[in-house]
Amino acid sequence: MAAISREEVAHLARLSRLAVTEAELDTFAGQLDVILQAVARVGEVTAGDIPPTSHSVPLTNVLRDDVAEPCLPREEVLAGAPDAAEDRFRVPRILDEEA
Amino acid sequence: MTITLPPYEDVTARFEPVIGLETHVELGTRTKMFCGCPTGFGAEPNTQVCPVCLGLPGSLPVANAAAIEATIRIGLALNCTIASWCRFARKNYFYPDMPKNFQTSQYDEPLCTDGYLDVEVDGRPVRIDIERVHLEEDTGKTLHVGGATGRIHGATESLVDYNRAGIPLVEIVTRPIPGTGADAPAVARAYVTELRDVIRVLGVSDVRMEQGSLRCDVNTSLNRPGDQWGTRTETKNVNSLRSVERAVRAEMLRQAAVLDAGERIVQETRHFHEETGDTRPGRSKETATDYRYFPEPDLVPLAPDPEWVARLKTELPELPRVHRARLQQAWGLSDLDMQAVLNAGAVELIERTVAAGSSPEGARKWWLGELARRANEAGVDLSTVGATPADVAELQSLVDAGRLNDKLARTVLEGVLAGEGTPSEVMAARGLEVVSDTGALGAAVDEAIAANPDVAAKIREGKVAAAGVLVGAVMKTTRGQADAKAVRELILSRLGVQ
Repeated sequence: MAAISREEVAHLARLSRLAVTEAELDTFAGQLDVILQAVARVGEVTAGDIPPTSHSVPLTNVLRDDVAEPCLPREEVLAGAPDAAEDRFRVPRILDEEA
Repeated sequence: MTITLPPYEDVTARFEPVIGLETHVELGTRTKMFCGCPTGFGAEPNTQVCPVCLGLPGSLPVANAAAIEATIRIGLALNCTIASWCRFARKNYFYPDMPKNFQTSQYDEPLCTDGYLDVEVDGRPVRIDIERVHLEEDTGKTLHVGGATGRIHGATESLVDYNRAGIPLVEIVTRPIPGTGADAPAVARAYVTELRDVIRVLGVSDVRMEQGSLRCDVNTSLNRPGDQWGTRTETKNVNSLRSVERAVRAEMLRQAAVLDAGERIVQETRHFHEETGDTRPGRSKETATDYRYFPEPDLVPLAPDPEWVARLKTELPELPRVHRARLQQAWGLSDLDMQAVLNAGAVELIERTVAAGSSPEGARKWWLGELARRANEAGVDLSTVGATPADVAELQSLVDAGRLNDKLARTVLEGVLAGEGTPSEVMAARGLEVVSDTGALGAAVDEAIAANPDVAAKIREGKVAAAGVLVGAVMKTTRGQADAKAVRELILSRLGVQ
């Protein structure tokens, strides 16, 4: 059985706002399946006494003091924006995007 | 759809409400949650941002130690268990208020869990169970352009300022609160008020609802007695303590009308409208449950040292409830009198007035009497009525010293509220001091006796009550600036009655 269905790929594409064609869905579902199967092989060798790992380094409490640091100049901030107006990022209307 | 709302008493007679509150508190740290950008309110748009809070590729977040400590202190003040190990999580969603397309939050491993907060409603204790207190980051501010008055509906585009994005935000979630019946709106308000006061004494946030540093979402459902809990709605845009109460009540009324019409409550997000006092559907959340939370790989887990947590607990300040009980005892107030002080929002004002030298009784008299009346008339908060605790303490000390009588003190207070200066300054400028010069007073008394021979004769015959007429005459000539009791004694002794 495939590790990921075509429907799941379509769902993820929609959540990620990616316009994926029907043909691409087949391609990506196949490719992702190969990747997931490969990763799943790791599961075959792990034993029950090994806890799930979310971080590869055994560190905790990496914190910073509450001390201000310089910010980016606004021209630089907005230089990366697709569009800007009134010193703000300009984005398309929001409501239409939502199903 | 226009629906006719049933009377509130009718709703609470037939339905039982269950409420729940999610409160967001913006912490008052100097810098953001995961970067060193400053957090000052009101800065020029997009001037307090950096690669981390803009989510630029390659940037790495590091958690703010002060925000962690503040959240643990909130948890401890709410009687929570502090996690010995927990992680941040990514909450993924597409909305331009976060440039990263996810919000760093906490999911199934909140920093604080299973606490409670005791509140009082009309003198009755209610325990509110706290499910969790977790730490996340605030979002940017979105300005909707092209629609009517900044509303998202009908907007053609939106402009985003990311200064607020990344400011530490603590979310405090209650367990569902059943069984409060008709008091549900008052319980909701009492909880948010108490929570605000607790966080304020911790000094971790300025908790100002009008500036958005304290924000509240209210969940409400109704069920018929004996039935399972109903479908809940979540009401947002609740921006004042009064609105918390109104929003719960409005939602109870609306849901009752919907249920009465044989329809179902839709689980949705609604918005409270301050002007009309009703709730309306908000934006529909995109596939609401599909946030695809996963552990934030760029932040290592938190493992608060138990000894440190224990020390933070012993260092908690006196909490409002304990503080109030101590004040009530110190001021010698009955429960009912204390309730009146609380309802007037005058605890701190009286406390500061007493600290400035006034008697508790004198302080309470002014704040709950004349000043409460003035604040009410002007529709302002008692704390912004125009007189400070120092003013009130000074006024009362002038009364205690016999330099002002009650009537003059009110006139002086009027001057203080009009911005004419301190009580002493107003008294001097307006020439309002009590005439204590017995020579001047004696002359006024003699004048009154001479002008009213028939009254004087009655008093000489022993009709002491008639003295009131002469006292009135003297008060008139002295423009109210005499001590009525002293005047009366002077009259009686002049007429040989005493």
